[in-house]
Amino acid sequence: MSGRGGAILSRVYLGAVFLFVFAPIMASFVFSFNSDRFPSIPLGSFTLHWYQKAFSDPDVWDAFRTSLKVAGSVALLSTAIGFCTAYTDFRFGFRFKPAYLALALLPPTIPLVIMGLAMLAWLSNVGLSGTVTAVIISHTVLATPFAMAVIRLRLSQMDPALEAAAWNLGASEWGAMRHVILPFCGPAIISALCLTAAVSFDEFAVAWFVSGLNKTVPVMILEILQGNVDPQINAIGTVVFLTSMTLVVLAQVMVMTRSRENPAKEKTE
Amino acid sequence: MSEPLVVFDGVVKRYGSITAVKRMDLTIDKGEFVALMGPSGCGKTTTLRMLAGLEATSEGEVRIAGRRMNDVAAHERDTPMVWQSLALFPFLNVRENVEFGLRMRGVEAAERRRRAVEWLERLGMEGFEDRRVDQLSGGQRQRVALARSLVTEPEMLLLDEPLAALDAHLVIRMQGVLTRLQRELGITFVYVTHSQSEAFAMADRVVIMGDGEIAQIGPPREVYRAPANRFVAEFVGRNNIFEGEITDPGTDPAGEFATMAGPVGRLAIPASAAAAGAAVSIAVAADRVRVTQTEPEAVNRIACRLISEEFVGASVILYLEAPDGSEIKAQLGEAELETLDLTPGASLWVSWQPGAAHLLPGGTG
Repeated sequence: MSGRGGAILSRVYLGAVFLFVFAPIMASFVFSFNSDRFPSIPLGSFTLHWYQKAFSDPDVWDAFRTSLKVAGSVALLSTAIGFCTAYTDFRFGFRFKPAYLALALLPPTIPLVIMGLAMLAWLSNVGLSGTVTAVIISHTVLATPFAMAVIRLRLSQMDPALEAAAWNLGASEWGAMRHVILPFCGPAIISALCLTAAVSFDEFAVAWFVSGLNKTVPVMILEILQGNVDPQINAIGTVVFLTSMTLVVLAQVMVMTRSRENPAKEKTE
Repeated sequence: MSEPLVVFDGVVKRYGSITAVKRMDLTIDKGEFVALMGPSGCGKTTTLRMLAGLEATSEGEVRIAGRRMNDVAAHERDTPMVWQSLALFPFLNVRENVEFGLRMRGVEAAERRRRAVEWLERLGMEGFEDRRVDQLSGGQRQRVALARSLVTEPEMLLLDEPLAALDAHLVIRMQGVLTRLQRELGITFVYVTHSQSEAFAMADRVVIMGDGEIAQIGPPREVYRAPANRFVAEFVGRNNIFEGEITDPGTDPAGEFATMAGPVGRLAIPASAAAAGAAVSIAVAADRVRVTQTEPEAVNRIACRLISEEFVGASVILYLEAPDGSEIKAQLGEAELETLDLTPGASLWVSWQPGAAHLLPGGTG
């Protein structure tokens, strides 16, 4: 009896945790369809007015375009670099490997404000501050460790004999890379692309430092908020949230696919 | 005589300060089934990997069909291997796995498809072409791995503990498949295993390795009955090893046997050239040891205490303790057991004919 009661209790607890985490986002979602200007209960009537208002503003479109351009480039760059880093770790043993790995995983542990300032200082020295390229470079630095972690996990599930088997069957190093390593890592690469795009799409602090006039969506949201309380924010926030969630869920789906694909337990004839 | 298919000429393999293979000289003929056998870490897999070009040699050279292979990359050698883990490509289906080697050699699609299907049929895997690898049983995956290695029709096939992951009954069946294939194809098989039963059941010649060195090379029977040294005697079969020194180099009435004295007492052994006082060790195969309840007539008899028993199919292995504390193994048929008291600690006698002892060269080495 206690087991069953415990199970129910732990479910209630889990539900409460999720409610706590998602309540602010849910509130923003609900108020984005609310006709009242100020978020208050009782709600007014249902409206798409704030969405119409937000997306008739060319600045919002510009910000979304910038964000998408940045997110797309960051996804490609950081996944490529992350893959190379992870493969190096998988394939080679060398003296300073722990240091190499620690460095590769370092960026997310640096406070974003520090990172933003450092990026601004450096990029302005090379004449890139305030450009879209600056945002892409900064976000690539931030997102690469995520890509590396996802691909490294996948490579750790690979039988090391697989690559040697490819050489043994006549594949050159590049042939084995193309015909064995890349196909094996396929799901993880797609997962890394989604995840790094989401990291970039959501990132505010560093982008705020280096973006200049090329505002990304989170930077633009802050600027609107600084001016006034505008329910447009709820509408834009909802779109941003859905975009990121879609990317993260896609990344997760790829992770699930790959664990299902692992060889089943040995069966006998 | 023409050069053998494979020659290891003074090959050494070092990893940093560790020497995995110490000066190996070995030749393997065309069409031979050779098993490299030894405990883990003896260098057998390293030897196989050097043959496949997956490990570089530190010294000496490996020649295949007379050609020095030291600088030939793995993918340029025709030495396909069947891996212990099988290493099938999980993202390819059965047919695509088998086609892989042909694809890497640039064989065009229709041709490689035809040959892959042909090999799958030959190994009894028709109808599985479009299956995913993880939908196959252990034995079926084994066959796919074999087809994948043989589809390029190589002159030799390397096998690295290919049956280690299979259930016992499948191992026997796959042994049959492998021996039949090897005979039919007439190609060289180099088979690495730590399992004596696999090596002895299939190989024409067995290479016993220990600690990076070849301890003995010979046909299975010979290695089993006449181990060249103590290492082989302990590794191969279930041998009892007795040490001692010669007290009488063959002066019994028939002049046939010598006598040695050791911790278990005096033992009659085959007459040897050894002089009195020389250190000697002998191996007595467990299946040549008799066990009786009462004291037997035999010259070599030791009163023992039963420690435990182990069932090996139709026979049983008894582990007994000699008065000096050493362990003696005896392999008996079920029928012989019926007259014995098999409670642990029971007092039993072991005995064997002097001729059953095999003198190990190198004394106590």
